[in-house]
Amino acid sequence: MNVPLNYLLVLSGVLFTIGILGVLVRRNAIVIFMSIELMLNSANLALIAFARSFAPAAEALRGHVLVFFVIAVAAAEVAIGLALIVVIFRTKQSIDVDQVSSLKG
Amino acid sequence: MDVDLILFIGIGLIAVISAISMLASRNAIYSALFLVINFITMATLFLLMNAAFIAMVQVTVYAGAIMVLFLFVIMLLGAERLQSTRSMPWQLPVAILLGLALIAEVVFALFNDAANVAEGFSENVAQGFGSPTSIGRILFDQYLVPFEITSILLLVAMIGAIVITRDHRKESQ
Repeated sequence: MNVPLNYLLVLSGVLFTIGILGVLVRRNAIVIFMSIELMLNSANLALIAFARSFAPAAEALRGHVLVFFVIAVAAAEVAIGLALIVVIFRTKQSIDVDQVSSLKG
Repeated sequence: MDVDLILFIGIGLIAVISAISMLASRNAIYSALFLVINFITMATLFLLMNAAFIAMVQVTVYAGAIMVLFLFVIMLLGAERLQSTRSMPWQLPVAILLGLALIAEVVFALFNDAANVAEGFSENVAQGFGSPTSIGRILFDQYLVPFEITSILLLVAMIGAIVITRDHRKESQ
């Protein structure tokens, strides 16, 4: 595929913004988590696009390695986050983030 | 308009529309399925950019493992539909306005410099660029310590998930 790098970066930015909007707008904790995954994935898209744009150099593969680490960290984050959501649901009977405001003064 | 650009616009539209549907659908299960579509379109984009290994990892780890975990938790909790209890009604328009401002800023920042707008990717890619062999070589050659730390991180996440979800009330009896 031979498109300008800027187009891919704009797509990455648009997807990242949709993820931010998901975190801000939705109240369901699981959907908020999915939006965070979307944001991580759009960052991966930017990294892969940069790696492709520096392609003839052997150092360009470092972008792919970084994406690999981001995916591993995202998997760990999802395991912990969903465990927390399960515990919150068990105590509050709800995963609405507006309900989880016991610490509010 | 060449074929690559049409291909990119098609895939990009699918990605953006599935992301917006993920955000807008009321049922959390539909959100998860739209996110699977988004991840698979991203994997095809990675494939088109000579990132074969990352594309396969994306499909197996993201679209496979992580989204199955999401669907499992949604169905376990039975929390796919929430009554919207919006305590701050002014938040929605402000969020959309700020999001549009961010997109406008990104587009302006990227297209402000007219020099590199039309510049495509270079055609000469090394043989096996982004293949499992090349990624594995650089991973075990230069990034061995971060790779091992990742394994410790995954172990900690595994133990943490088990410890967090353990039911203390049943154990005290």
